[in-house]
Order: sequence, then C-alpha cells, then structure tokens
Amino acid sequence: MSAALFIEQLLNGLQLGFMLFLMAAGLTLIFGVMGLINLAHGSLYMVGAFACAIVAAATGSFWLGLAASLAAAAAAGAIIEVLVIRRLYARDHLDQVLATFALILIFSEGARWLFGSFPLYLDIPSALGGAVRLPGGATYSAYRLAIIGIGILVAVGLWLLVSKTRLGMRIRAGESDREMVAALGVDIGLLYTLVFALGAALAGLAGAMVGALQSVQVGMGEPVLILAFVVIVIGGIGSIKGALVGALLVGVTDTLGRFLLPRGFELFMGTSDAATVGAAIASMLIYLVMAVVLAVRPQGLFPANR
Amino acid sequence: MRREQTVNACLILALLAAPVLAQLAGEPFFITLATRVTILALAATGLNIALGLGGLVSFGHAAFFGIGGYAAGILATHAFNGMPLFLGIPGTNQMPVIWIVAMAAAGLLALPIGVISLRTSGVYFIMITLAFAQMIFYFAISWPAYGGEDGLSIYVRNAFPGINTLKPMPFFLICFSLLAVALLVFSRLRDSRFGAALEAARQNPERLAAVGIAPNRIRLAAFVISAMVTALAGALFSDLNRFVSPSMLSWQMSGELIVLIILGGVGRLAGPLAGATLYVLFEYALGGITEHWQLFLGLILLAVVLFARGGVIGMLAGRAKHG
Repeated sequence: MSAALFIEQLLNGLQLGFMLFLMAAGLTLIFGVMGLINLAHGSLYMVGAFACAIVAAATGSFWLGLAASLAAAAAAGAIIEVLVIRRLYARDHLDQVLATFALILIFSEGARWLFGSFPLYLDIPSALGGAVRLPGGATYSAYRLAIIGIGILVAVGLWLLVSKTRLGMRIRAGESDREMVAALGVDIGLLYTLVFALGAALAGLAGAMVGALQSVQVGMGEPVLILAFVVIVIGGIGSIKGALVGALLVGVTDTLGRFLLPRGFELFMGTSDAATVGAAIASMLIYLVMAVVLAVRPQGLFPANR
Repeated sequence: MRREQTVNACLILALLAAPVLAQLAGEPFFITLATRVTILALAATGLNIALGLGGLVSFGHAAFFGIGGYAAGILATHAFNGMPLFLGIPGTNQMPVIWIVAMAAAGLLALPIGVISLRTSGVYFIMITLAFAQMIFYFAISWPAYGGEDGLSIYVRNAFPGINTLKPMPFFLICFSLLAVALLVFSRLRDSRFGAALEAARQNPERLAAVGIAPNRIRLAAFVISAMVTALAGALFSDLNRFVSPSMLSWQMSGELIVLIILGGVGRLAGPLAGATLYVLFEYALGGITEHWQLFLGLILLAVVLFARGGVIGMLAGRAKHG
C-alpha cells in the first residue's frame, strides 16, 4: 500500500465528510432552532442536483447551474416550510417523521413524473477537470479538492453567520426561547422560514456538487440523508460544531474502512474471503461508530444546550 | 369503547369475508391481496406494541421484518438443497419451526438493540433504531452467501402439517389465524398489569420508577415482544412472495410500517389492520390508474397527519379514551 494511495483515500474521506457537513448543517440547524426532524432534507438535495443538471444542460455553464441549485432548493424549502412544515413545529416527532416521509414520496414521485427514471448527467466544470499535484508526488482530482474548499468556506461562513451577525443572534435566541424572541418583536415565523430555506440551500448545493461526481437521479437523496442523520446524531443534534466533527468522522471512517478493512483481513484469511468480510463490515462501520458513541454518550459528542 | 369493538369486529369480518367472496367469484388474485393486508397488519401490530403502547418510535422495525423473512428464506434454501445450515443442523420447510426460529432470532437481536437504544430517547431513539436497521440492511446486501443485493428465492412455499399451503385460500387462513392470535395478545397485553406499567412508562416514567418498577425493563420487554411479532410477519411475507429481498430490511419498509399505524390509529387494537387495508387498497386502486400512485399516497398521508389525527379508527370510533 503506497502512501499516495492512502492520501488519496484520506482526501476522498474528507470530501465525503465536507459534503455530508453541508447536509448535516442544515438538518442540525433546523432541529436546533425549530425542534423539527426533517426527513425531506434529502429531497431538497435532489432538487438542487436536478436544478443544476437542467440549467447546466440548457446554458452550458456549470456555475449557472450551481447558482440555480441554491435558488431552487431554497425556494423549494421556503415553499414546503410555509405550506407544511410550520404546522408541524408544535407536533411530536412521530407526526414530523410521518409528514416529512410523505413529502419524500411526493418529491420523489413528482420528480420521476417530470424527468423519468433515467439519470441525468452533469459534467465536472472544465476549469476543475484536471488533477492537482499534491506535495509528496500524489495527484488528486481538482474538483474534489474544490468540494473540500467549499465545505471549509461554508463551515467558516456558518460560524460567522451564527456567532457574529444580528441574524445569527436571533437564530440563537430562537433556539433558546422562542416566546421571548417573539415578544421582543422579532417575526419568528419569517425567521423560521429563513433558517429552513438556508438549510435547504446548503442541501441543494451539496446535491449539485455531488451530482457532477455521480449521476443525478430520483432517490439519490435518501442514502445521503441517512448518513447525514448519523452525522448529526454522532455530533449532537442541534450543534453545528458537532455536525462538522461528526461529518468528518463519518466521511473518513467510511472511506478508509472500505479501503483498509479488506486489506486488513487479508493478513489472516484468503484474498476473496477478506474482500467479502471486509466489505460487509466496512458498510456497517459508521453505524457501529454511531451505536458506540450513543451507548457512551446518549446525547452525542457535543450536546446542544436544550 | 363499545363503538370501537363494533368497528374492530366489522374490520376483522370484512378481512375474512373478502377472500371468501373472491374464492366464490373465481378471482384468486384478491385472496393474495387480502393475504398481503393480513401480513402487513400483523407486522404493524407488532410495531404497535412498541410504538402505540410504549411510545417507542422505532424507525428500524424493518430489521425485524427482514430477519423474519431471511429466517424463512435461509431455512427453506437449506431444506431445498439439502446442505446443513451449520454444525450439521439441517434446514427446514416446516412453517411452525420457521416461525419459532424467526421469532427467536428477532428476539435475540432486539435484546441488544433495545438495551443500547433505550439509553436514548426522543429523536435519538428514532435515529439509533434506524441506524441499527441500516447496519443489518448493508450487511445483507454486501454478504453474498444468501443472494446479497439480488435477494433470495424460495422455490416452493414452505409447508404446514396437514394443510396445502400452495393454494391461496389455506395460506390466507394461516396468516389470518396468526393475525387473530396477535390481536388477542395485543389486547391482553394492553389490559394486563404489564400493559398498565408500559402505559405509565410512556406517560410518566419518574412516577413508575418511584413505585419501584424500572421503566426501561418494561420498555425493553415491549420492544422485544414487538420485534418478535414483526419477525413472524416477515417470515409469512417471504412465503407469500416466495422471495426474500433486502428491501424488506430497508428504511422505507420501516417508514411504511409506521405509516400503516398512523393511517389506522396509534395504539388502537385494529389500527394496523385498518391502516394496512387502506394502504393496500390505495396501492391497488391508485396503482391501476397511475404508476405514480406514491405521489398521491404522499398527499393523502400528509392530509392525514395534518388534519385527521387519530387515523381511521379515530374517525370511526372516536378518540382514544386515554393517551
């Protein structure tokens, strides 16, 4: 096993981690501020990917597509918040799970109706098509590095937004005491719609960026959604810091597990058996991590103060 | 409660009458449809013990449904090809044995999952049960010995002593009898001291602990029983389809089971049956009109959650007296 290959896998893990962070940040923000568990977050990811693929195909520009994905996902988020989600804030988690499950059915079947079951293709923008030579001689996809870069930018941006701006102050205040915030004259309904649209836009951004690596199709959001749930549960629901740590932990554990475990098992069993056992355990690894974290710290690594 | 009993009796009689009429009319397809309703109702009745009585929102019951399915599939495969399972234990195609194995396997699995999951509550409980189910799902699709992603075929439906299970009607009656037993168990459980403790664990765990009953033990027992009933349904489901697919373990399946309960009425005896009936009828009626029936199912579901709380039983028999 060469160091270059290991570095490449590590970077793949980080890229997956930052992509998961984009999803998890929105989920955890929505849960932290509104106390809502949103299964339809994966649908917003899909909306972003479809918007990007369609606009990029029509205009020939990936970057216009990326902008469209942000706009489309934010708009879809704002619409479902106003129509459906705001009726659910006062309900218990069971109703929230069910209503957002219903939204998944509507989004998925709606998308299948409009675009068919065949995947759409989205090309990596030509400016990022090449590989970057890393110190140490390894090369790595420029596009994947860009995803890591955007993930870091979003993490810093969110931290600035939440801790340094007036809007962030209101978001934090809404988190701890919504009646008080409303009594002080803040339009809490509008604030919630904004937070939901922000989370949706981040999910759409993630969908668009991943859409260029994989294919854009109905049902692409749900596997990512479940990973993002694992992330926020590990990190502590409601904590953005927890989402970042959890996302990187899950991304790196999953990628390196798939890479290292089959090789590890080769040390004491045949190659094909090792590949089978290694792959089976690697696919369960992050769920094992989650179970261990919750068994030791039932509120996650960074419990939010609620 | 009298009105609810009437509604329950009507639902159960209708479920029994539908395949009889279908048999007389020479439409065996509807017997299969009724069997599907019965099995889904059984699975959801299992979940209803944890979710309805105990307030434990398990988003991972597909794990137990699938374990039951795989128990049936794996035992039948070994009986079919004559290879021993392990340690020289042969497979079997006898339903009663399969049911016991399925329930035991699910119970043994639910015990550690329950012990760990019950350390958490609320959203964390929902998510950790989902995570365990996903773990088993990914194990099933990446383990090639029993079909992996392709699933596992059961070539001949498993046998029951003295009954020809290959015909739709006898198989329906087997499923129906098991559902009847499960409903009886559910109502006995609900009205027992255990049921009262479980109810208390849901409403006020501190008080329950104060009178000397550990809430988590009660919850764990409910979770394990619930898993076993759902596994039994899984075994029947794979016999109905003569196929075990990893999709039985998928999180969509867990979601569907919750949907059945909410459609019918949470914690109500016949809630899962009403929900399953409605669900399968939707699937059949809407599926005949448009291939995008799930879109309309989503809209109906949304309307039920937002505007018609209490589900079908809630509408027909009024709100629950307690809860």
